[in-house]
Amino acid sequence: MKRLQLTLLQIGVGIALLGIWHIVTNYPLLGDVKTARFFFSTPLDVTERIWKLFVSGSIWKHLWITLSETMLAFVIGSGAGIVIGFWFARQPLVAAVFDPYVKMANALPRVVLAPIFMLWFGLGIWSKVALGFTLVFFIVFFNVYQGVKEVSPVVLANARMLGMNERQLLRHVYWPSALSWMFSSLHTSVGFALVGAVVGEYLGSAAGLGYLIHEAEGTFDVTGVFAGMVILSAFVILIDYCVTLVEGRLLSWRPPAAGHS
Amino acid sequence: MTALTAAPVDASAAHAPAVALHEVSVRFGQGADLFEAVSRVDLCVAAGEFVAIVGPTGCGKSTLLNVAAGLLTPALGRAEIHGRPVAGITREAGYLFQQDALMPWKTALANVAVALEVAGIAQTEAQQRAQALLTRVGLARFLHRYPHQLSGGQRKRVALAQMLIRDPAILLMDEPFGPLDAQTRGLMGDLLLQLWQADRKAVLFVTHDLDEAISLADRVVVMSAGPSSRIVADHQIDLPRPRAINEVRHEPRFHALQRAIWDDLRDEVMKTYGAEMGGAA
Ligand SMILES: Nc1ncnc2c1ncn2[C@@H]1O[C@H](COP(=O)(O)OP(=O)(O)O)[C@@H](O)[C@H]1O
Ligand SMILES: [Mg+2]
Repeated sequence: MKRLQLTLLQIGVGIALLGIWHIVTNYPLLGDVKTARFFFSTPLDVTERIWKLFVSGSIWKHLWITLSETMLAFVIGSGAGIVIGFWFARQPLVAAVFDPYVKMANALPRVVLAPIFMLWFGLGIWSKVALGFTLVFFIVFFNVYQGVKEVSPVVLANARMLGMNERQLLRHVYWPSALSWMFSSLHTSVGFALVGAVVGEYLGSAAGLGYLIHEAEGTFDVTGVFAGMVILSAFVILIDYCVTLVEGRLLSWRPPAAGHS
Repeated sequence: MTALTAAPVDASAAHAPAVALHEVSVRFGQGADLFEAVSRVDLCVAAGEFVAIVGPTGCGKSTLLNVAAGLLTPALGRAEIHGRPVAGITREAGYLFQQDALMPWKTALANVAVALEVAGIAQTEAQQRAQALLTRVGLARFLHRYPHQLSGGQRKRVALAQMLIRDPAILLMDEPFGPLDAQTRGLMGDLLLQLWQADRKAVLFVTHDLDEAISLADRVVVMSAGPSSRIVADHQIDLPRPRAINEVRHEPRFHALQRAIWDDLRDEVMKTYGAEMGGAA
């Protein structure tokens, strides 16, 4: 009953917002309808545009491009983050030497890197992957580093007493601990991979959701911009949902309330 | 004839105590922060002997176990296992830690089986043996639970199985039943005695509960209040075995022993209590 009520309220808010949007852009209550439409388009136009994008099939290419950029940035960024995170955590000297440079690199707003990456990797998907990589890498790196560092000393001593050598400790203790920290930031890192892809597309490309929105903005096609934003949001929610499913499976050993972040 | 020719190789080790601490002192920190936890402790555990250590909180009981386990190197003195000096982790020993030490990302079964797997035993066999042992400690229905899904007493039983499955010659147990309720403690004590009775390993058992120490051990050793804690008393427990925890406590001999040991222990507990109250004021 509670659950149903909540869902109804949520749907109600959505309908109310759409209703206000519809009224403001169709009836001259707050001024000229034409002006309102120029700035905000109308809900029906946006729906129709989204419908057309899917029916004509032109959207699939853009979705696929953005998805592959996101996945590549996530996989490569996580891989590098895991390896370097482990390395730094196990070699305190290396970590100490590189510490200021890691901080410097992480402090840099990534958008400024976009033009450089385009110069280096071209306007195709790889410059976007690179941008996403710089975001994902640091999140995963810091979490894996922390995960290895924060292994409970008692669990570690116990594992040693059970006869584990360094390699076995890595496999049975450090690795699961690091992974649990990494997975606890899975939403953030996947989200940032997507941000990297879309921002990269927005700043210069020939395909992808970011490109779609940018192109519509270039021609003051507000309907196109809104349609792109709606599709992008739906896409993000879908990916986030998939991450939640994966997370539930991978972190089943953890008590529900406990979290690292 | 064969016995005569084979024996001399390890003749000294055969008669050496399972655990021997000679004049062991442990220090923490440096300079002005230097803190001597235990001072010149002599302690032996013979093969097959069950020794309990009691003493006020913070007196260095865990510290002594860590020295025997090879996790901590004493500042002075020697630690020997079967007559050989401790170097690195003591492989012959199993250690039941005071705190939760199970790997939280492994199920009860995996936590126990991994102790065999790392010794090179195939996974299927390791799991079969782990399952058999977990069944013996009464956890047959909880094999696939993660530590956080188990009660404190169940976790301790998993830890017990994890320690025992490698069949170590020496058991180091640090207040293993400390956080449990009275009934569970009694059950766990009986379980431990039952398992121990079967193959009589050398046990060094730390507890803050004098009754528990007397009902389990062959010998009870009393430590003084820290810092620079020493062993101040060593009592032989001549209660007959096999014992049942809840029954042995009603015997007159138990009460006599309890009174004698408590006389030694009380002063030390009061010293610690007084020092902590003084420090707090
Ligand atoms: N790593 C450490 N660094 C500094 N002091 C320690 C450390 N470990 C233990 N101590 C101190 O040594 C004393 C003995 O500790 P411990 O052996 O844990 O006592 P307990 O008898 O309660 O098990 C305590 O006063 C404790 O504060
Ligand atoms: Mg202790």
